[in-house]
Amino acid sequence: METIAAIQAEIVEEFDMFEDWMGKYEYIIELGKTLPMIDKKYKIDENLIKGCQSRVWLHTQHNNGIITYTADSDAIITKGIVAILIRVLSNQKAGEIAIANLAFIDEIGLKEQLSQTRANGLVFMIKEMKLYALGYQNK
Amino acid sequence: MIDVDKIRTQFPLLHQKVNSKDLVYFDNAASTQKPQVVIDALNHYYSNDNANIHRGVHYLSQLATDKFEDTRNTVQGFINAKNSCEIIFTKGTTDSINLVANGYRSLLKKGDEIIISEMEHHSNIVPWQMCVDISGATLKVIPLLDNGDLDIAAFEDLLSKKTKLVSITHISNALGTINPIEELIALTHKVGAKILIDGAQATPHTLVNVQEMNADYYCFSAHKMYGPTGVGILYGKETLLNELPPYQGGGEMIKEVSFEKTIYADLPHKFEAGTPNIAGVIAFKAALDFITNLGIENIAKHEDQLVQYATEQLSIISGIQFIGEAKKRAALVSFNIEGLHPYDIGILLDKMGVAIRTGHHCAQPIMERYNVPGTVRMSFGIYNTKEEIDICITAIKKAQTMLA
Repeated sequence: METIAAIQAEIVEEFDMFEDWMGKYEYIIELGKTLPMIDKKYKIDENLIKGCQSRVWLHTQHNNGIITYTADSDAIITKGIVAILIRVLSNQKAGEIAIANLAFIDEIGLKEQLSQTRANGLVFMIKEMKLYALGYQNK
Repeated sequence: MIDVDKIRTQFPLLHQKVNSKDLVYFDNAASTQKPQVVIDALNHYYSNDNANIHRGVHYLSQLATDKFEDTRNTVQGFINAKNSCEIIFTKGTTDSINLVANGYRSLLKKGDEIIISEMEHHSNIVPWQMCVDISGATLKVIPLLDNGDLDIAAFEDLLSKKTKLVSITHISNALGTINPIEELIALTHKVGAKILIDGAQATPHTLVNVQEMNADYYCFSAHKMYGPTGVGILYGKETLLNELPPYQGGGEMIKEVSFEKTIYADLPHKFEAGTPNIAGVIAFKAALDFITNLGIENIAKHEDQLVQYATEQLSIISGIQFIGEAKKRAALVSFNIEGLHPYDIGILLDKMGVAIRTGHHCAQPIMERYNVPGTVRMSFGIYNTKEEIDICITAIKKAQTMLA
């Protein structure tokens, strides 16, 4: 299993290849388009993380201390960023997820996506992901 | 004619780069930028005149009070109110509506009805829901026609002797619809009810004459009129304001206080508890003078041209869907592009230096009505140009290619 830190480093390296915002966002849009993320039966209101503008659905499963996330969004850029978050945090140990430092978001220049005004549900999504891991860890 | 280039030089904020592109600011329905005269007035107040008002006998307190009251007189003239005591300073339109809605909690009883419309901003929905929750009155909603006009026939059906208050927007912030306000007022008065008009989107673009239109209450915000944030106006007919219970208690709003009985101050002070936004109110006069000097009809003419040009240019974009095509519209265009989420368009436009608003515009019932998650909204001010619309259109096309 690759560590959360190792995956983050990979992503930072990938984003370093882009010279401008356009390349970066084209890549995010690509990620958003190509990833089938969530089983339709989990795209339900209970799994909805309500953001102001774009909606995010998050489904969580656990197996022997390993947590798996699947998610989706109605906005493609949000979906792309969700894909990145899942790549970092899914299939990891609950304890590792709960204490994960997600500084890479800032490093790849997407901090603005997590600002209050964006209100795209991503801040809440990260919070939910970590809370679930924390809850499972304490069981 | 208006010299837009010259006007632009008076707005320092406009001359900056955002994401290394020249800023195009098309979010004026949310808040307008401020001309230098307004910034100077704020600066001057804190540098020279700052003191609390209506209480000190000293020089500065008198000076600040005079200037504060000067704005009240200017507002009175601006909307042609009968008396200056009918002008109440609040924090903004939301605060103004809450002030009235709070007062109506004790004026209404079970069986009474309040009517709002489907095109209202949340700030003209939620205060009334809170009001009916406590008073036991009922809230009724006027539906919209598909084009974004109010269904006047349905409004007439809703009106009855039970109707005590109608609260409705003058111009819709999400659709741009200009409501036939005189007609709505006349219909409301026919059944003996009162009417509050949310003028937040109207006062920056149209001449408002509260006596001529015979409005009972009229609310608006300074920050959408090139003035400071945190200043709003509640206009109310003197007799109605006298009957309305005070909103907040505190200093300034009282004549006499004892533990047995407190006597409230006369208008307008009855509704102005505590130290107000003195600097903002004083600087608002500079904004009103700015608008008056340009001429509101000239501003409206310029903005109408921009709306028309933007609509023409947007029509060329494949998959464009205009949301709201009311007969009379003001200063904004609301749309979606087939297959694209407004949020994605907003993010990419921001990267290209274009500030537009995306989302539900704090009017979720309208979005529900049109079954969209939100819209993209371009809203214009006096300093916007056709060239900026061209830049925006190019940016939209680029975003469309990226997202396709």
